[in-house]
Order: sequence, then C-alpha cells, then structure tokens
Amino acid sequence: MGARSSHAAVIPDADGIRRETGFSQASLLRLHHRFRALDGNNKGYLSRTDLQQIGALAVNPLGDRIIDSFFPDGNQRVDFSGFVRILAHFRPVEEEDPAMRDPKQPEPLNSRMNKLRFAFQLYDLDRDGKISRHEMLQVLRLMVGVQVTEEQLESIADRTVQEADEDGDGAVSFLEFTKSLEKMNVEQKMSIRILK
Amino acid sequence: MEGADLVAKVLSTWLTLVLGLILLPSAFGVSLGISEVYMRILVKTLEWATLRIEKGAPKESVLKNSASVGIIQRDESPMEKGLSGLRGRDFELSDVFYFSKKGLEAIVEDEVTQRFSSEELESWNLLTRTNTNFHYISPRLTMVWVLGVIVRYCVLLPLRVTLAFIGISLLVVGTTLVGQLPDSSLKNWLSEVVHLTCCRICVRSLSGTIHYHNKQYRPQKGGICVANHTSPIDVLILTTDGCYAMVGQVHGGLMGIIQRAMVKACPHVWFERSEMKDRHLVTKRLKEHIADKKKLPILIFPEGTCINNTSVMMFKKGSFEIGGTIHPVAIKYNPQFGDAFWNSSKYNMVSYLLRMMTSWAIVCDVWYMPPMTREEGEDAVQFANRVKSAIAVQGGLTELPWDGGLKRAKVKDTFKEEQQKNYSKMIVGNGTLNVESD
Repeated sequence: MGARSSHAAVIPDADGIRRETGFSQASLLRLHHRFRALDGNNKGYLSRTDLQQIGALAVNPLGDRIIDSFFPDGNQRVDFSGFVRILAHFRPVEEEDPAMRDPKQPEPLNSRMNKLRFAFQLYDLDRDGKISRHEMLQVLRLMVGVQVTEEQLESIADRTVQEADEDGDGAVSFLEFTKSLEKMNVEQKMSIRILK
Repeated sequence: MEGADLVAKVLSTWLTLVLGLILLPSAFGVSLGISEVYMRILVKTLEWATLRIEKGAPKESVLKNSASVGIIQRDESPMEKGLSGLRGRDFELSDVFYFSKKGLEAIVEDEVTQRFSSEELESWNLLTRTNTNFHYISPRLTMVWVLGVIVRYCVLLPLRVTLAFIGISLLVVGTTLVGQLPDSSLKNWLSEVVHLTCCRICVRSLSGTIHYHNKQYRPQKGGICVANHTSPIDVLILTTDGCYAMVGQVHGGLMGIIQRAMVKACPHVWFERSEMKDRHLVTKRLKEHIADKKKLPILIFPEGTCINNTSVMMFKKGSFEIGGTIHPVAIKYNPQFGDAFWNSSKYNMVSYLLRMMTSWAIVCDVWYMPPMTREEGEDAVQFANRVKSAIAVQGGLTELPWDGGLKRAKVKDTFKEEQQKNYSKMIVGNGTLNVESD
C-alpha cells in the first residue's frame, strides 16, 4: 500500500514551493491532496484529460484556454510544482508594505502584474506578447459559441482592439492591456481564498 | 497421521459451529444476537480510540477535511453580477477574469470529482486504509490497532470467506433445483425461501447490520423499485428484506453462473450486451414485466454508476419512462465501520470484496418511501428529479444535477452552450449591438 497520508514529506521540494508561491503549509497540503485526487491513475503528474474530466471546468467557455495555461511550451504533463505555480497566481494579495519587500526578490506570483499576465496569456494564443485582432476574435468565439454572428463578433473585436491599442500597430501589447485595465480591481477579481 | 486428524477435527467443529450459529438461524430469519454484542464492543472501542486521538492530537497540525465544508471561499453570484454589469453592456477585456476565476475554482475544488472517491472520516476508525491525516498517538492506541488487525484478518476474514462461499454455492444449487419444478405457487414460495436464506447468509458474511425503516412501504409486485447506488452490495441489502426481479447485463464468469441459475427460479430480466444499446427493446421488456402483476418488483439503480454515498447524482430518465408505480428507497451507509463504496477505477471486484470482508462491519439504514407516480404534465426528466430529491432528503444526502457518467465520459456540450448563451445575451443583448459606428 502506498502512503495515503498527506504529510509534507511526501510533497517533493515543499519548502521551495512554499517560498516561491507563498502558500501556507496547510493550503499546500490541501492542494497536494487535490492534485492526487485529480491524478486518476497515480501517474505523479496531470495530463490534459485529467483536467478535462472536471465537469465544472469542461462547461466553462474558456475551459480549454485555462487548461492550456497549465501546459506551456508544448509540455503534455504538469507536475505538482507546475500545478501550484499556476494556482499561486490566484492567491489573494496580502496587505504588506511595499517598501518592506526586498527588491532583489522576484515579484510574487500573485502580484497585480502577474495576475494581469495570466489573464493576458488567456488571450495571447501564440504567446508572442501581443493580442492580435485575429486572436481576439478566436477567444471571443470561444466565449459566445454559436450564439453570435461573425459580423457582430468582428465589430466587437475591432472596437476592443482599437480602444486599447495606443501605438497603432493593430494589436494589444501587454503594457497596453495593463493600461486599459488600470482602474480594475484585479486583486479582488482574480483571487481565490483557501479556507484553513 | 495425527496432524491430519487434528486438522480434520478442527475443521469439522468449525463447520458445525458455523452451521448451528449462523446458517440455520439465517434460514429461519432469526438472529442469535451474536452480531449485536460484536457491534456494541466495536462501538465502545471506537469511541475510546476517538477520545485518545483527540487528547493526543497537537493543536496546530490537525487537518479536518470534512466533505460538507468547502475549502475555498465561494462567491455564488450569477454571471451578470460576476461580470459587474447590467444586461446589454459591452464586451470588456476584463470579462476573462470571471471565467478564469470560475475555472480555477473548479480546478481547486469541484462538487463531482470528490464524489468518486471514498468519503473522509471525521475520526479514525482504526483501519489503515482510512488513515490519511492521523499520526502516531500513543502505544496503547497502536496496540488496539494491532489487535484489530489480528481480529479482522485472522478471525473474521476466514469466517466471512467461508460464509460467502457457502452462501453463493447454496444460491446456485438451490435456484437450479427449484428451477426444475413446474411453474406453480410452490415454486415461487420455494424460490423466495432460497433467495432470502442465501442473501441473509451473504449479508452475515459481511457482518452487515441493516436497519429497515417504514417497512409498510416495501415495494409491491408490479412496481419498480429505485434506489441510490453505492456498491454492488446494495442489491444484497435490498434482497435480504424482500425479493426483487433484477435488471442488468449478462456477465461472464462467476457472475454469469449466478445470473443463469437465478433466472431459472424466478424471472429476472437479463440483457445481452448488444440488447442494452436498444432502448426501445429494454423499455418494452420492462413494460411487459411490470404488466404481469404476479411478477416481482423490478430493482433499478437510475444513477447508472457507483457514487460514494455522500450525494445523489442525476437519475437517468429511462427507468421513469416505463410507467407504473415507482417505489423509492434511500440507502445510507455508516462509513465509520467500513466503507462500502466501490471505486471501480481503483479496485476490481475481488479486491473490493476483500476490503469489505476485512472492515469492521457494514452498517446501513434503508428507508422505504411512499410510492410515486408520474403526474399530469410532468415529463420523465422532471419526474426523475422529483424522485431524486425525495431520496436525497430522506437519506440525508446532497443532491447534484451532474451525471454520474462523468466518471468515465466528458460532460455534454449542451451545458457549455448554456453558459455561452448567457454570456452572449449579455454582450450582444438580443440581437442589438451597443456599438457606435464611426
């Protein structure tokens, strides 16, 4: 019988993951438990099918884009540290004095910038750092299905790109994306609080 | 050959004991009270163990993971509120936040996936298999645990295996013999006796303690009995208190032998695998069965798959289209004494049975409920949902609209289309566009 308990010793590199993601020990244990529950055949990693089996995710219009974000660079597997790294983007932002933070340390995964970066790459299909009009159309199509005509969708895509595009290259770069959302309460909208 | 003599003597005393104390009383439906004494000792031991664990547990590292409380804080507002806008607003770049948050929430915790693994216990019941979060507490507890292992594997397991073996052989032999008789009321009575005796023996082979409630609503002939499904043992539990006609696929191997023997004694409805695909054929045969008021009530599990007994999932409408009276039955197992859920992706039938036979006991409650029929203007799906809610309420289970088939197959696209439709209505607003043409 394999070890059924969620002891910290079972999680590989638990301390490293904790430092990088900022999750508490208890949250990490819960996420590890969840990772093992999703990993149907105990492979030690998750594949796309494992995530596609989640009903509530499969009915989400952006479900496939969200699943893609777990498999960057053409990978077909995601291990626990990769899994937690994505989830860390949604960790609620704690109140902390920005002056106290060590500038030499990399930005925490759940900072405003990183949350925006996560949302940006849901649109940026080819990961070239720009959302082209074509990519905007494709993502919109995912969200509305067959309910909206091609012309209506094109007008929406054109308008959105025009409004955000500042340097007139016909695409939305990450900076333009953040600028158009500067008034948005990103920290609150993209946060999932794990109860102890 | 003294050794062989001794073994033979031990074996024969063993068998006579089994015969006298268990088999004969089963035939007459009488209980000698031995299992009640066992259960009382068991309950006392588990209570003591729980107290020891609570006393010994260090304060900060106890992780309670009960199925009822979610692990993330949920905001269940509908799509309109989540997208922070009224109907007819335009598409915003930030709309993606809502969907990604919902998606990630589903990845961290969803209602369905957790139903396909065993329920976690509030306190340890001294079985290794449920020891997920409980650490070493004290030498006394460990000793009790070791004692438990010895009792379960060396005393209870052989006894139970013997009983199961006897029960199944009796069933096959008995029904084959009864099947030779010509059709008559004597044959029906005999087949009932054989079925009941063998089921009682099999239930004792699992140390099953079953409480039946509301026996006045027990399913009648010519009706259809529906129940929530947790494991193949459900069939055993229900047939101990009454005879049913079972519906299912013809299997090969041991199951096939049992099925073929049973159908000789009384008319069960077994289908070939190819026939199962033809829904009209299935409905026709079931209709014919219930039309004959002398035939036993049909037993159907509309969920179609085993769920872990914390919730009731979607009832497939096929059983509710046949017509006739539906007799709902709710079955709830007490997980403290043994987990009855069959996780068919993790365990095959044999390892599942072994796990059953090395648990403490199988304790469950069966509630018979008043019969229901389809009302005017209600279609099969609504009727199915009505029955499902009644069963969920009675058994204290949560109700989920999801299909149990999600265990193996992907969810239907219609659900995703619904979400897409809702979202489209918001940004496009019934065909008119809020866009200024420049």
